[in-house]
Amino acid sequence: MSTTTPTAPAEPERKAPAAKRTKVRPGDRIFSGAARGAGISLLAIMAAIAIFLVVKATDALSKNQGSFLTDQGWDPNTAKPAFGVVTLVFGTVVSATIAMLIAVPVAVGVALFITHYAPRRIAQTLGYIIDLLAAVPSVVYGLWGYIFLAPKLLGLHSWLSDYLGWIPVFDKEQAGVTARTLFTVGIVLAIMILPIIAAVTREVFLQVPRAHEEAALALGATRWEMIRVAVLPYGKPGIISASMLGLGRAVGETIAVAMVLSPSFDLSIHILDPGNTTIAANIANQFGESNEIGRGALIASGLVLFIMTLLVNGAARVVINRRKAFSGANS
Amino acid sequence: MKATTTRTADRGTDIRTDPEAGMTKRIEVSGLNAYYGSHKAVEDISMTMEPRSVTAFIGPSGCGKSTFIRTLNRMHELIPGASVDGSVALDGQDLYGSEIDPVAVRRTVGMVFQRPNPFPTMSIYDNVAAGLKLAGIKRKGDLDAIVERSLRGANLWTEVKDRLNKPGAGLSGGQQQRLCIARAIAVEPQVLLMDEPCSALDPISTLAIEDLIALLKERYTIVIVTHNMQQAARVSDKTAFFNLAGPGQPGRLVEIGDTETIFSAPTEESTADYIAGRFG
Repeated sequence: MSTTTPTAPAEPERKAPAAKRTKVRPGDRIFSGAARGAGISLLAIMAAIAIFLVVKATDALSKNQGSFLTDQGWDPNTAKPAFGVVTLVFGTVVSATIAMLIAVPVAVGVALFITHYAPRRIAQTLGYIIDLLAAVPSVVYGLWGYIFLAPKLLGLHSWLSDYLGWIPVFDKEQAGVTARTLFTVGIVLAIMILPIIAAVTREVFLQVPRAHEEAALALGATRWEMIRVAVLPYGKPGIISASMLGLGRAVGETIAVAMVLSPSFDLSIHILDPGNTTIAANIANQFGESNEIGRGALIASGLVLFIMTLLVNGAARVVINRRKAFSGANS
Repeated sequence: MKATTTRTADRGTDIRTDPEAGMTKRIEVSGLNAYYGSHKAVEDISMTMEPRSVTAFIGPSGCGKSTFIRTLNRMHELIPGASVDGSVALDGQDLYGSEIDPVAVRRTVGMVFQRPNPFPTMSIYDNVAAGLKLAGIKRKGDLDAIVERSLRGANLWTEVKDRLNKPGAGLSGGQQQRLCIARAIAVEPQVLLMDEPCSALDPISTLAIEDLIALLKERYTIVIVTHNMQQAARVSDKTAFFNLAGPGQPGRLVEIGDTETIFSAPTEESTADYIAGRFG
C-alpha cells in the first residue's frame, strides 16, 4: 500500500492544493502508519526469533562431538555431547508421508461427496461436522490414538507383516506387543489433518463455475467424467494448497506423536515396529530434561524442520505456478 | 440413438464410417411442460424443428425460451428440483423414454452456451478433444484429424493453428465461443442447440458466429435462442415466438412459422407487437 501517490481528491469543493502533491488526509496517514508499523514489527519479531534460534543452535552445534546430519543417537546432555537429526528427520518424513497418502485422497473424496453427490441437507450437516473435527485439539487425538486406536491396530499390524512382509517396510522384526509405531502415528496424523484438507478442498470445489460443469455435461459427460474434466483440474491448485496446510500440521504435530509413539533413536525402516521418533515429538520429550546444550540441540533440530517445511512449500508453489496460464484464474 | 450399446464403440464407429451420415434429425416436441420444483416455467409446447435448418426462439425475458431449449438435450433436469413432462422425439425416438440414458442424449444433441465456457485448465487442442476423449477416442492420429476438422468447421483453424497448446481461456470472447462450437461439433452431434450464443460478444464476433451458423445448418439441425430480432431474421429459417400468458404464468409458444412470415405478417397480435418493439 502506498500513500505517496494518492489519487485525485474525492471532494472537489475542498480548496485546491497549493502544492503539486495532493493533500494527504490525517486519517490516511494514521492508518498507513499503523499498517506499516504492524508490518515492520512483525518482521522485527521474526528476525529476533530467527537470530535467537540460530545463535542458540550454533552454540550447541559447535560443541557437538558427533555429526549433526548423520548421527543416529541423541546425547547432548553429557560431558561429550553427540547428537544427530537423521532419525528424527526420517521419522518426521515417514509419518507425514503415511498421513498424506491416507488423508489427501480421502479428504478429496469427502469434499467431492459434499459438493457434488450428497443431498443438500446431508451436505450441510457433514460440512458442519468436518469444521468441528478440524477444531479438535491434537492432545485429544493423542489420547484417543494411545488409549483406543493403537491397541485396535495391533491386528492390522500383524496382518500387514504376514501378507506384505516381503516388502522391507512392512517387515516386522520385533514380536508385536504394542502398536505404538510410526505406522499408527501416520494413521492418527491422517485422521487429524483430514478435516482441514477436506474443509479447504470443499470450498475450492464450490468455486468451480457452473458454466464449466455444464460444458462438460453438455458434451455427454457422466457425473464422474464431469468431475474429472471440469472440477478436479480447476481445483488442483486448491487441493495442493490444502494438502500443504495439512502437511504443515502433520510434520509439526508434537503432542499427539509424543503420546502415541514409543520412541527410539535407532533408525529403522520397519514402520510396523515400535521405534523412530519425529523432530517435534523429540523436542517435547526431551525439553524438560535438557541442559543448555541440549536445548540448543533441540533448537537446531527445530530449524531443520523449518527448512524442510520451506522446501516442501516451495516445491508446491512451483507445481502450482508451472501451469498458471491454465489455472482458470483469468477466465 | 442406441443408448444401451457401449458409448465407446457407438461413437467410434460413427466417426470412422461416414461423418455426414445420419447427421441431421427432426425434433418433434409435443405437450411439453417444464417445472422448477412446483413452479411451471413452460407450458404445453408442441412444435417441430426441421433438419438442415435453423429454428430461432424469440420472446421477452423470462418467457421460458432458455428453459425450453435445455429440455431438448435433457440439461434442464440437472437443476435440483427441475422436471419435465411431455415428449421430445428425435426422428421418432422419445428422448424422455424410460430406456434412454440422458448422458447419451447429450452426446447426440450438442449445446453452445450464452457465455463462452472453454475449460480454463485445458489448451485449445484439449478443449476440442475433451468430448472425443469422453467418447473413448484416444488415438493421437484420430484426435488430430478431428480437432483440425472441428476447428475448421468452426472457422477458427487459421487463427489458432499455431498455438493449439496455448490455454483456451487466452482467446478473445468471439474466438472462445467459436472454440466452444468446435468442441460441440467435434463429437458429431445430430442437433446443435445454441442458447443466446452471441449475447456476450461484440458485433464483429457476432457476425463471425452468424456466418458460421449459415455453414453449420448444411449439416446439423440448429436451434438458437436469441434476444436479437435482427439476428433471428438473418440466420433462421423458422422462428418461434414465446410469451408469458401473464405475470406469474408459465411461458407458452405463441406461434411458429417461416421467419419471413413471422417478421412480415404474423398471425398473432402479440407477435407483431413484440417484433415492432412495443413490449419486451
